[in-house]
Amino acid sequence: MTQSLYEKIGGEAAVDAAVDLFYRKVLADTRINQFFTSTDMVRQHAKQKAFLTMALGGPHSYTGKDMRAAHAHLVVNGLNDSHFDAVMEHLGATLTELGVPAELIGQAAAIAESTRKDVLGR
Amino acid sequence: MATITFSGTAYSCHADETVLEALIRQGAEPPSSCRSGSCQTCMMRAVEGTPPPDSQKGLKPTLQHRGFFLACICRTTTDMQVALAGNEALPKVLVTVISKTQLNPQTLRLRLQPASPFEFQAGQFINLHRPDGLIRSYSIASLPSEGVVELHVELLPNGQMSQWLHDQINPGDQFNIDGAHGDCFYLGEKPQQNMLLIGTGSGLAPLWGIARAALEQGHQGEIHLFHGSRSAERLYLVDELNALTRQHSNFHYTPCLSGNDSQGFTAGRANEVALKQFPKLNGWSVYLCGHPEMVNNTKRDCFLAGAGFQEIYADPFTISGQ
Repeated sequence: MTQSLYEKIGGEAAVDAAVDLFYRKVLADTRINQFFTSTDMVRQHAKQKAFLTMALGGPHSYTGKDMRAAHAHLVVNGLNDSHFDAVMEHLGATLTELGVPAELIGQAAAIAESTRKDVLGR
Repeated sequence: MATITFSGTAYSCHADETVLEALIRQGAEPPSSCRSGSCQTCMMRAVEGTPPPDSQKGLKPTLQHRGFFLACICRTTTDMQVALAGNEALPKVLVTVISKTQLNPQTLRLRLQPASPFEFQAGQFINLHRPDGLIRSYSIASLPSEGVVELHVELLPNGQMSQWLHDQINPGDQFNIDGAHGDCFYLGEKPQQNMLLIGTGSGLAPLWGIARAALEQGHQGEIHLFHGSRSAERLYLVDELNALTRQHSNFHYTPCLSGNDSQGFTAGRANEVALKQFPKLNGWSVYLCGHPEMVNNTKRDCFLAGAGFQEIYADPFTISGQ
């Protein structure tokens, strides 16, 4: 049986290693950090973990409808492709930093990319 | 099969389902989202019984220690009584005021003797119940080994509870507290780790407890405590903290004054002074307490400076609107 992307990348341990790196990049990025001004960092941190788990092909139960609903209030406040691109950039940089092979990064990016329309409410 | 008691109702939980699935199957409606153990929406606390370690993955060590778990990944064969995180009612305990002294003109030191065993860790907080029903939270400054609960009560303008405690309460008086709450305390799992403690005003209370708890347990990493205040009259425990630096070579204390005249103390806001001195916090643990805006901003700044998210402990004060 072939290993899934999630298993190849290292499963939950890989997500745990990635989440601080990723969330730090997002918070420090002035192009997008206005969408992360909520003071509940605990909740936000957990959401970053849920996002990374999904992008890395891990277990989740989010539907396109969930993604749409969760980001609708941000779309109203101007969330657009440039912001989505910035997040994609941080996803790639985080995985590169962790030494994940380019091919697997490409697969993770494709999963994240597949949510673009729902996240941007199109 | 295990029995899970939630909101006063008993639910059966089979071996092949999670606690969340069992509750939903039987009509309970606990919040949930990812159902895979990452978003923490379904976080609960075992009030009775022990959750399996697998169901506590990704939670802060201090939360694990207190029995918090994620219902969506919790499979258990032992009975538990559970409550949604934040809704766990803890029993009230009657306490007697055994001493009341001034730490500075604005701040009282109240020492309370619980009438029955009261479990806490230095740095956690309690809710204080005034007999008429008014409730306010205060951090615990004492160590469990001291056997008393010590609070530092800052007199707030129009503060109903703080004025009552300052003006009306005397040694011998009794009231109820509940707790202990909060995950801002010292666990002692990483004795070599450097610790950064930043507090403003009576936010010193939990830090005074946490620093001494760490030293009592033989912490070996450096412990840096920054206490911020507007003026020298509002600092307190200065002599005691300076004495602690003489007793322990790894304990460091920096009182900071943010007002115009630094009166010989370090000038600047405690959080800014601390991060200027320690711009890289990789591997550190961080404890923050005091004004909510300071705590939230400093939490972010310490995380960006490299501190691990799960290593940042904070209890922001909530200041009631009334």
